[in-house]
Amino acid sequence: MAVLRYGQSFLAGIGAAVLGLCAATGALVLFAASAISHMVRPPFYPAEIGRQLLRIGWFSLPVVGLTTLFTGGALALQIFAGGARFNAEAVVPSIVAIGMVRELGPVLGGLMVAGRVSASIAAEIGTMRVTEQIDALSTLSTNPMKYLVVPRLIAAVIALPLLVLIGDIIGVMGGFMVGVGRLDFNAATYITTTVNFLTVQDVVSGLVKAAVFGFILALMGCYQGYNSQRGAQGVGRATTNAVVSASVLIFAANYILTEVFFTP
Amino acid sequence: MSTQITLSGLQKSFGPKHVLRGVDLIAPAGQNTVIIGGSGTGKSVLLKCILGLVRPDAGEILLDSAAIGRDRDAFLARFGMLFQGGALFDSLSVWENVAFRLLRGKGKLNRSDARDVAVEKLRRVGLTAEVADQFPAELSGGMQKRVGLARAIAANPEIIFFDEPTTGLDPIMSGVINDLIREITAEIGATGMTITHDMTSVRAIADQVAMLHGGKVRWTGPAAEMDHCGDPYVEQFVTGSADGPIEAVR
Repeated sequence: MAVLRYGQSFLAGIGAAVLGLCAATGALVLFAASAISHMVRPPFYPAEIGRQLLRIGWFSLPVVGLTTLFTGGALALQIFAGGARFNAEAVVPSIVAIGMVRELGPVLGGLMVAGRVSASIAAEIGTMRVTEQIDALSTLSTNPMKYLVVPRLIAAVIALPLLVLIGDIIGVMGGFMVGVGRLDFNAATYITTTVNFLTVQDVVSGLVKAAVFGFILALMGCYQGYNSQRGAQGVGRATTNAVVSASVLIFAANYILTEVFFTP
Repeated sequence: MSTQITLSGLQKSFGPKHVLRGVDLIAPAGQNTVIIGGSGTGKSVLLKCILGLVRPDAGEILLDSAAIGRDRDAFLARFGMLFQGGALFDSLSVWENVAFRLLRGKGKLNRSDARDVAVEKLRRVGLTAEVADQFPAELSGGMQKRVGLARAIAANPEIIFFDEPTTGLDPIMSGVINDLIREITAEIGATGMTITHDMTSVRAIADQVAMLHGGKVRWTGPAAEMDHCGDPYVEQFVTGSADGPIEAVR
């Protein structure tokens, strides 16, 4: 009897967890659908979009730039060391370029901005929730989805590809600086090899990934903040959840998009 | 122009917790109705139901005998609300907070005209024009309440809600806010609805008092009759006694 009881409670626990996951996924999908529907219906708040573009895009530039610069440099060293085992040191410029543009630029850029921006969005909107500022918006005939969520989503979807494009260039430059300065590559040959090797699809796929990552990180910040529980602890939890969920979803989306773009 | 609010059989539950169990109340046009009741009796939920921030499970809300239409913006344009903590937008200056509604939607003003109206409303609540360009975080609690009040009256609404208007204020500032509420609702001819458990506020503001207890309106009557209404729940609440039908956790 005791075994049966344990078995039942074990299955009930699994069932509750699955139901909870389904409910959370459903709530997130409904939130995203509502946000997207508000994106295409007036009123629009261009000043808010501009403010968020500055915040998400411009102020994230140093973080993304430094991350990709050092990653590009480290990548060049790694590929040189690994390539030396096969007498293939000459592939450094092309592998650095393809690695940065297709994969590391969008993913690292997305993660760094997720850490910086998702947390900040969740904390800001969560605080607005617990101090009744979101209720105040509603009583002032302003839809909080349109005023708070939509500008952040639009700004992130625009800003991330631009940030990643700049990050790609800086990352390739990091590889170039290490390649020329430390590994004795010829500067002109390095640049020519890089330019000749990259295709339009490499660049476009990275930028599409960046736009998707931008949507994900802003959505998770907004969703967690909007549904924040009462008190400082609630806002803290919303902030943590925003960064963790945005990061995991970025990795998952990266795999799916890579399958879509590069499956032979 | 003022508006009568009629609530009929209003019910709201959160899971197994029944907060409102059939609230019936009429807030007469142009008068101040104060709703009293202990913490957790559903006073704030009641206001949020009327504003549409919380969807009631059952019951009817009528403004001047007419049900609320589908145009939510037009409906909300008839209301102003002073929130318990002010609920001022941190990222906007004081005048932008006050003029928030004036800068958006139908009949919006240009920024210069909206600023002029905001400064005038700030002056009405006893704040100077210098405050207009400051941010909410730079103001004291009492000043934030005044800015919240200025925002609530900025568009000359027909109905103004006041959620715990004196919470967190010293007695003198509480008195100032109570007087402002009384004066301003009379000036613009608005219907006022205040929720509070501050009996000084009740006496200063109310034309009519309603006591909410157990999810229903326990007693309604003129403020002058509150002390001797014969209802043991109201009398216990008014006197603040620990002994009586309302259970006090000790």
